[in-house]
Amino acid sequence: MSSVVKDTHHEEHPSGIMRWITTTNHKDIGTLYLWFAMIMFFIGGLMALVIRSELFQPGLQFVDPQFFNSMTTMHALVMIFGVVMPAFTGLANWMIPIMIGGPDMALPRMNNWSFWIMPFAFSMLLSTLWMDGGAPAGGWTLYPPLSLQTGDAFPFLIFAIHFMGLSSIMGAINIVATILNMRAPGMTLMKMPLFVWTWLITAFLLIAVMPVLAGGVTMLLTDKFFGTSFFNAAGGGDPVMFQHIFWFFGHPEVYILILPSFGVVSAIIPTFARKPLFGYSSMVYATASIAFLSFIVWAHHMFTVGMPLAGEVFFMFATMLIAVPTGVKVFNWVTTMWKGAMTFETPMLFAIGFIIMFTIGGFSGLMLAITPADFQYHDTYFVVAHFHYVLVPGSIFAIMAACYFWLPKWTGNMYSETLGKAHFWLSTFFVNLTFFPMHFVGLAGMPRRIPDYSLQFADYNMIASIGAFGFGFAQLIFLYLIIKTIKGGVKATDKVWEGAEGLEWTLSSPPPYHSFNTPPVIK
Amino acid sequence: MRYFNKFLIFVMVNFFAISAHAGWLDLNMTQGVTDISQEVFGLHMLILWICVVIGVIVFGAMFWSILMHRKSKGVKPATFHESTSLEFLWTIVPFVILIGMAVPATKTLIKMYDHSDSEIHIKITGYQWLWQYEYLNSDVAFYSKLSTPYNEIYNKEKKNINYLQEVDNELIVPINKKIRFLLTSNDVLHAWWVPDLALKKDAIPGFINEMSVVINEPGIYRGRCAELCGRHHGFMPIVIKAVEEKEYNEWLANASDKKTSGIAKINK
Repeated sequence: MSSVVKDTHHEEHPSGIMRWITTTNHKDIGTLYLWFAMIMFFIGGLMALVIRSELFQPGLQFVDPQFFNSMTTMHALVMIFGVVMPAFTGLANWMIPIMIGGPDMALPRMNNWSFWIMPFAFSMLLSTLWMDGGAPAGGWTLYPPLSLQTGDAFPFLIFAIHFMGLSSIMGAINIVATILNMRAPGMTLMKMPLFVWTWLITAFLLIAVMPVLAGGVTMLLTDKFFGTSFFNAAGGGDPVMFQHIFWFFGHPEVYILILPSFGVVSAIIPTFARKPLFGYSSMVYATASIAFLSFIVWAHHMFTVGMPLAGEVFFMFATMLIAVPTGVKVFNWVTTMWKGAMTFETPMLFAIGFIIMFTIGGFSGLMLAITPADFQYHDTYFVVAHFHYVLVPGSIFAIMAACYFWLPKWTGNMYSETLGKAHFWLSTFFVNLTFFPMHFVGLAGMPRRIPDYSLQFADYNMIASIGAFGFGFAQLIFLYLIIKTIKGGVKATDKVWEGAEGLEWTLSSPPPYHSFNTPPVIK
Repeated sequence: MRYFNKFLIFVMVNFFAISAHAGWLDLNMTQGVTDISQEVFGLHMLILWICVVIGVIVFGAMFWSILMHRKSKGVKPATFHESTSLEFLWTIVPFVILIGMAVPATKTLIKMYDHSDSEIHIKITGYQWLWQYEYLNSDVAFYSKLSTPYNEIYNKEKKNINYLQEVDNELIVPINKKIRFLLTSNDVLHAWWVPDLALKKDAIPGFINEMSVVINEPGIYRGRCAELCGRHHGFMPIVIKAVEEKEYNEWLANASDKKTSGIAKINK
């Protein structure tokens, strides 16, 4: 009798809402993270559409400039901390234990806590929209003295950031502990899939820089409420010091947002090219080099603050250097495709779209590194175009590619290839319609973060706004497709894709609630 | 390498000076009206073309692969997956290109940081949301703020051609003289940016930043605040009028005379 119970108790878990609140299962928590990111994606997207509506034509039409500034600030915070980071953490939760042949994350209870902090953090952040003085409007970079002019929202903003940081640090510690301790026998570090490698490096970046952000915003808090003068020149402080602290966090943060996408793309391209990844070890070294360089380039966000010449030159050279390992990655992907036998299912389309458009964002990044030219680009729409190219058709496309790639594995059902391809082509068309013209208005002299502009910028802003609405509506296809696939569809095979390699494809689709309780044999 | 870079910049500047008349002006960075702004434009075009060439090669190889190496064509996938010499090559070549780019960029930067032999000194102070200009060698000092009527901003009247880039008091400076700007702020961060002069620098409360310029051509140049500074960040433009030296001196003498000056002067 007792042996029967023993056999089945592994699959048991509370049902309904309690399953999700009490879960310590890496697959459940991965799903929670991904749905959280999806909800936030639409909230942040609505904020972007408020911005693009106001910018559709010159003149003030819909919103007050203060609310406009709140929208740009909140859009950035939601998209960075509420969409890209949780989505990648969700993918890590789902895939890393399976990819390394482990039974679960190393610290499952902390895993539950890492996730459940997030809804509280974002409720707190979003609640500021209804507060006296409005939501934070000083930009997501929180530069003082302006950010200190925030009204009642200020302490809520700071504590929300503290909580997000706490969640990220715990998630990162869990990922490092999992990768270093939970690998199946024979899964040496240099046999790990690149997604695992990129996440290991990302997790170290998170652990290194999130406390720096927490320290920086705490100094803002004490400046505002406890009479300190860290960033107040009148009290002997320095407003620029905040920028140094912020970007010492902020630049590695940029790579936190992109490195896991490199891992995703490095999994997808070989699968659909039916050819092993070219230069595996150089990919690992390139990722590590990018991570190292990310710590010594922060001041390229601050070329116009009036640094000494030697500082400007150092940060220019260091920044240009990043092009080398990043180039290696792109060349490796192209060479992986070379002489393969490619098919173009939706994940492959998103991965190729990623490489092309991320590279375009990389090119504008290289241009921005040239300090004298940066004086003209800095704080214009050229910068807006640059970072949206690396974040939207970069990070977001990689997340979508990952969703299409692993959705049949997660749900056991194939998604609709027709809908997936429609989603890809519409997204690609509209994302370029939105962000490419921003290069031109930026070069022509339009600063970022303005609710109204002079007449010479009108045409391209109108095009960008049309693109933004098209992109927004195209994402409803994605939502519909995912719900439809979860509900049913053609059953997926275990291997799903013809060229699939890796431990996740040896499990059933969907995988059992607990997988690899006995470690798999690694060849 | 040095001559090659100079040659490239020369070619780019001329090529785009010609294209500028064919509508490129709206799509590209301004060449501006100072020697340095032209150099900056040259650097911008040089790096842009380097990116275009690399892009054509990389994307070309990729599209060729997408067209030719597809399963539907019945190809068998190759199995190669590493080549140390290739990896070495595509680490070294970009590195060399970057050095070629860094040299002219550094030279221009050094010139931009040279503020010696300035003849005119103007202090600029940013406020939420207007600018203050003080001519340090005279008693002339005034505020300069947006003059676009609210009815235009709120779409009750037709917008004029200089919508949101017109001010009540323009900053008047002479051409062919080295002008040094001292930049600070009274409240939050601002950034003083005039694209035609390739000048952009943050105005920071409690600190003074420095920049200098020699303007080659008379004219009216328009710029904006470039650092988010609150509710009216989008509504604090900069208008600078460069005139012949004689005209400048007359204006300054006149402005200094409180009775005849049309500008709302600040008592210093």
